[in-house]
Amino acid sequence: MTLASHFSYWTTILLLMVGLFIVIARDNLIKKLIGLGIFQTAVYLLYIAPGKLIGGVAPIVGSGFAVYSNPLPHVLILTAIVVGVATLALGLALVVRIKEAYGSIDEDEILAIDAQDDASPTPDHEGG
Amino acid sequence: MGTGSRSVIILEELTAVVLLTLMGAAAIGIARQRNLFGVVMLGGIYSFLMATVLVVLDAVDVAMTEAAVGAGISTVLLLGAIHLTGGTESKPIHRPWLPLFVVAVTGAMLVYGTLGLPAFSDPKAPIHQHVAPRYLTEGPEKTGVPNVVTAVLASYRSFDTLGETFVVFTAGIGVIALLRRRTPRRPREHDQEDRKS
Repeated sequence: MTLASHFSYWTTILLLMVGLFIVIARDNLIKKLIGLGIFQTAVYLLYIAPGKLIGGVAPIVGSGFAVYSNPLPHVLILTAIVVGVATLALGLALVVRIKEAYGSIDEDEILAIDAQDDASPTPDHEGG
Repeated sequence: MGTGSRSVIILEELTAVVLLTLMGAAAIGIARQRNLFGVVMLGGIYSFLMATVLVVLDAVDVAMTEAAVGAGISTVLLLGAIHLTGGTESKPIHRPWLPLFVVAVTGAMLVYGTLGLPAFSDPKAPIHQHVAPRYLTEGPEKTGVPNVVTAVLASYRSFDTLGETFVVFTAGIGVIALLRRRTPRRPREHDQEDRKS
């Protein structure tokens, strides 16, 4: 294994780890969702890069070509992209509702408000 | 192979390496930037770079979807959400040492795992031996579609695609259910309570 032969894997891992870091370390909920998106696109790369054959062409069969890249990961990732944007939309809708209920989308502030509410419960809190 | 195709191969590898490096830079920029508008714009750049990488990796259908959905729809959704929730991330309170440690350990384990994987573009890799050759040789005759990705998506694995539409439908119902009642209930009473206390 050399740098050239495994570069695509290692870049993928770098992107995965940047996404994971944003999800763990950043408090803003929208930023977390963007981090999740980076993690997700890195997974696309993890699937598609091994299917590539250098010197091959896209898997559209035509005369004059013999080497095609692997079409199966492409199909799987097409599905994953569409499902990814669906989950992103649902996550953002949740963030908008959290902003309405708590007035903040910062994880620490939300936890502080929750702790305050537990200490002195109000009968009809609008988020409840 | 002649010298012409040799230089094409080097060019193809070089393009992929440069684009992947740019993507790494964009991702780190996203992690460091605190203005959320800047983050979303960097995310759009990142998605377009990803689409270009996918073209280099011969995944043209995926590249088109990523450019339309990842760089288009996602960016619009995120901009809408920023408009509704405010655009700046507050300064982090904690030092990020524990997350950095977790990420470094996980990354090191994953790199260790890649050492046993076949090299990039190795034609003898298992992924090129099983299932895919059948799609490539039989697909166009059996389905009548020269684009093998379309043939697999709509014919061989059409139930996958049906399931995908169910997932998108469910997510759409969820979004509507969450956002339908946008006016907060009894805002006046709540304000008065706050003033009294």
